[in-house]
Amino acid sequence: MNAARIVASGFRTNLKMLGTSSFFLLTSTVQPVIFATLAFFMYRTGDRAGTLLYAALGAGMMGVWSTTLFGSGGMIQWQRWQGTLELGVGAPPSMTLVYLPFSLANSFTGMYALVATLVWGRLVFGVPLHFAHPWLFVLALPATVISLGLMGLVLASTFILYRYANALANLLEYPVWIASGLVFSTSLLPSWTRPISWILPPYWGILALRHAALGGGSVWVPLALVAALGVASIAVAAVTFRLFERLARDRATLSLT
Amino acid sequence: MKRWFTTFFVGGLIAYRGLFNWIRPAMYIPTMLGSPLFQLIFFTKLGQFAHAESRDFYIVGNSVQVCAMSSVYAMTMAVANERWFGTLGPLLASPANRAAVFLGRAVPVLANGLLVSAFTFAAGVLLLGFRPGLGSVPALALIVLVTVTSCTCFGMLLGSIGLRAKDFFFAANLAYFLMLLFCGVNVPLDSLPGWMSAVGRCLPLTHGIAAAREVASGQSLPGVSGLVWTELGIGAAYAAAAYLLFRLLERESRRTAVLDAY
Repeated sequence: MNAARIVASGFRTNLKMLGTSSFFLLTSTVQPVIFATLAFFMYRTGDRAGTLLYAALGAGMMGVWSTTLFGSGGMIQWQRWQGTLELGVGAPPSMTLVYLPFSLANSFTGMYALVATLVWGRLVFGVPLHFAHPWLFVLALPATVISLGLMGLVLASTFILYRYANALANLLEYPVWIASGLVFSTSLLPSWTRPISWILPPYWGILALRHAALGGGSVWVPLALVAALGVASIAVAAVTFRLFERLARDRATLSLT
Repeated sequence: MKRWFTTFFVGGLIAYRGLFNWIRPAMYIPTMLGSPLFQLIFFTKLGQFAHAESRDFYIVGNSVQVCAMSSVYAMTMAVANERWFGTLGPLLASPANRAAVFLGRAVPVLANGLLVSAFTFAAGVLLLGFRPGLGSVPALALIVLVTVTSCTCFGMLLGSIGLRAKDFFFAANLAYFLMLLFCGVNVPLDSLPGWMSAVGRCLPLTHGIAAAREVASGQSLPGVSGLVWTELGIGAAYAAAAYLLFRLLERESRRTAVLDAY
């Protein structure tokens, strides 16, 4: 009950904070719309107009990932700058529990991206929003977003010891878009990249969403895998948060100043 | 005159080192080299999947466009961070020539933009099989230099806005992404709606990218001189606008006593 209250309260607080950030407005709505527009034009130029919904979903998921990534990268850093990191670390609940709601709120904000690209695609490009399995889509969307949030928690834990978390966030945006095949098939990539794709929740998430929206494949298999990766992420985050927190305490480097 | 050049070169370099937040290798390598590299791969693969344009179209477009990473972000920081770090007041109280102060910061930014573009072109050659004729390389280098210059002038304008705007990073980020969309980097201008291609033609990058594509496909430099001069002219117009805005905002900030205010 206490844990649920921490999660609910942290989620609400972070959601409000993100709502006032112009950077998150850019990442979660403006940037995905720009990338969706680019993808629409590129698909149209190549006479792949039938895949516009494919592009809208992919560009939306790109926004979910960007928001999760920059939110998780910034979470520890911003708390460090604001001087509240020590309070979070010193609080009785585990760090995982303290930062879980923040990470979930980041990826939830990213969901605006998917809404924005679908609405933009419909209004400006006439993308037909006919979903093959609407109820499965409604199920797959939160599952994917939560799984991404949990993956963000793992990233956030590694940033405790790293001063330039935002640099790593800048670097990781495109590679995950590429390896997850968000707007193009991963079959275009070298075969050695396949295992990297398999361990990324966005890879399975976009498959689940795509199959639910466009049909042509099972939704349940990718959905199960995205859920499994989410569970694995929180287990890893619990270990890494504890490990990195102890290291930071031992070396007295929590503030990294 | 000697003092003008000292302010221009030494002052510009010191300001760049002090104000450009991403200069440390731990920040520079992932952000200024890693991100452009993956941007190149992303759009080349997306283009391949969409069956839109040839591979070289994306390699040249993105390799030239990534210079904006330096021109937009570094130039914005090199001007607007004066206010963020609280050094704008002392700077504007100094008798230093404003043009030397302002333009001197652009030189390291320009060099950095060239490096980022060259790195991305090299990645295109090594990873994606881009093979421009050896004879086209000097012309390509000149076009990239002109394009980076015009982009840096555009960055100056954004930096000047940052002297007063509350969230100058929002403007820089937005400008960077919009350049991807409007400047014919990944979508040919004639595939965009008329108003978008008209906007694109008023922005830096557009004519430079078009010239670079033609040269990479075998055209001689004199054959694209019109595009190169247009790119240079656009850069000069942005530089003039940036300088005027800088002086205007400086005067207004003094008059209304909001120099360091947020």
